[in-house]
Amino acid sequence: MWNIIVQIFPYAIAFTIPLLITALGGLYSERSGVVNIGLDGLMIVGAFTGALTIFKLQPILPDAAIWIGLLAAMIAGILFSLLHAFASINLNANQVISGTAINMIAGALTVFLARNITGSGNIRIISGFGRNDIPVLSSIPVIGKLFFTQTYASTWLVLLILLISTFVLYKTAFGLRLRACGEHPHAADSAGVNVYKVRYIAVMISGAFSGLGGAVMLVTFSGEFTGNVAGLGFLALAALIFGQWKPLGILGATFFFGFASTIANVSQVVPVLAAIPGLILKVFPYIVTLIALVIFSKSSQAPRAAGEPFDHGKR
Amino acid sequence: MKLPIIKGIKKETAVSLLAVVFGLVAGALFMLMTGNNPFAGYAFLFQGGLMSIERIGNTLATSTPLILTGLSIAFAFKTGMFNVGAAGQMLFGGFCATAVGLTLNLPKPLLLTLMLIAAILGGALWAWVPGFLKARFNVHEVVSTIMMNWISYWVVYYTVPAYFKGEFLETESRKISDHASLKVAWLSDLFGGSYINLGILLAVIAVIVISFILDKTVMGYELKSVGFNRFAAEYAGVSVNRSIILSMMISGALAGLGGAALYVGNASNIQIGILPSQGMDGIAVSLLGANSPLGVLGAAIFFGLLYSGKGFMNAMTNIPPEIADTIIATIIYFAATSVMIEKFIDRIIRRKRGE
Repeated sequence: MWNIIVQIFPYAIAFTIPLLITALGGLYSERSGVVNIGLDGLMIVGAFTGALTIFKLQPILPDAAIWIGLLAAMIAGILFSLLHAFASINLNANQVISGTAINMIAGALTVFLARNITGSGNIRIISGFGRNDIPVLSSIPVIGKLFFTQTYASTWLVLLILLISTFVLYKTAFGLRLRACGEHPHAADSAGVNVYKVRYIAVMISGAFSGLGGAVMLVTFSGEFTGNVAGLGFLALAALIFGQWKPLGILGATFFFGFASTIANVSQVVPVLAAIPGLILKVFPYIVTLIALVIFSKSSQAPRAAGEPFDHGKR
Repeated sequence: MKLPIIKGIKKETAVSLLAVVFGLVAGALFMLMTGNNPFAGYAFLFQGGLMSIERIGNTLATSTPLILTGLSIAFAFKTGMFNVGAAGQMLFGGFCATAVGLTLNLPKPLLLTLMLIAAILGGALWAWVPGFLKARFNVHEVVSTIMMNWISYWVVYYTVPAYFKGEFLETESRKISDHASLKVAWLSDLFGGSYINLGILLAVIAVIVISFILDKTVMGYELKSVGFNRFAAEYAGVSVNRSIILSMMISGALAGLGGAALYVGNASNIQIGILPSQGMDGIAVSLLGANSPLGVLGAAIFFGLLYSGKGFMNAMTNIPPEIADTIIATIIYFAATSVMIEKFIDRIIRRKRGE
């Protein structure tokens, strides 16, 4: 049993990381009061831009190509998220519908462009990140085997972003203002906070993180852009709610999804799990999410103003 | 409010039409950017959907599931619910219809009736869950319907190979027999051998029935009142929770019927490992149709035209078929930001008045 856990742990973490960073992006956006169900589309944009950049650069700059690809994915995510920011902040559009439009545009436009570039609509990169053992730490008993062997560089980057985000959201003036905009924008406004600006920044951060999420998925376990991200963006959105709009809650929720999905994926080759019907393993994360939503519904920590357009003159 | 320039057309219609124009312009720009001639592109696109009676039949058949999912989502919208789960509901409804069609051996009219009932019940059951969770526990329907989509995906993924495996492929069900199909000889012959089927008649009936429910019945009035203001509705004595569940179930039933139109009408078996794209496109249809049943019918036929013509356009030019999806997505963005278009219309009106 222990061997199995040690074997699947790196895969579970690899699957968790894109979910984590995307959900973290959603956290910024929703905490500022803008619901962003376009996370899936933003991930697709990130995966596409990352794949294209790495595909073009890898022959020239084999070492730096992946990092440049990740950066390009973040920038593309930011640019694309501006569509959502403009619609939901300036035009008071229904944020859920605008997010749906983002998902549809991203899915269609990226494949359209990819087809113009490669013909098949898929973009395969030559190689992604390698897996490395962390020196010294990997030899710690128990923990070393689980957390510090076979890791991707991107994993550490995302965990670092998680730490910084927790600090920014809870320990800085900007974080306080951002949360105020999501709870009571008019109070924030009367205290001199520019609600529009804060929400714009928050949505752009969600774009950058989701773009990064899509690209991380590409350079770790998928290796190919195929026009979708297997619905991970929606799963990230569920993890955001499951994690009750808190950084550590999100970490727990995304790791749960990562672990449950990995178990379902490897169940065929693990004798202990092969006895459980595949269907049960596959639907397990979704059913648990539904149950969790029911349990948390009584004490929901949802930002109070999430989804509501900010109207300066409204009282 | 009526527009002076085009008298008699409602502002909502004008917004939708302008969104379509902007979407088509954006499509033209994408074609130009990728080095293609947009005029040739659009000519082939519309020829592909309309140039023969058979192609018109195929366009209508392509529109059929879109009419039903669009109607499904529009109906839920009227009660203030956003049903993102039409894909899962139609997949499960279509699966139920297929299962009945493959299991029972009955005369065609009886079998088809049972299959359609199965599709309606399957879709309604799948939508009942989010409706119940919303009414009872206030769980946001967007997340719960998405979860239900994936549950539906995996249920079909495992059940089809286990019980209804196809003759050659593991990834699809057996083909249904002719008398379990919505295709009928007279309709196909009427449209020169097209795969159009009874689904289109069902869709038109559904449009009429749903308009009737919404506009002429107490139930429709109550459902709409919950959508406008659930607190006011509750104060007026409407059972809000019951309305939410009922509205989701009707919405799911329509999506399930759409699944029947897709899997036992246009197609003759069910594929695994894919959520039908009509579920998400239905959102586009209902938005463009301004949530009115007639608007949905028009929008679905227009999108059906784009989808059925894209293959021909792709065969005649270098434009990838995904341009159709891109145009639709752009139209939706403009429909979602209708405030911008309304301001634009207002400005035109003001200029006409000379202000």
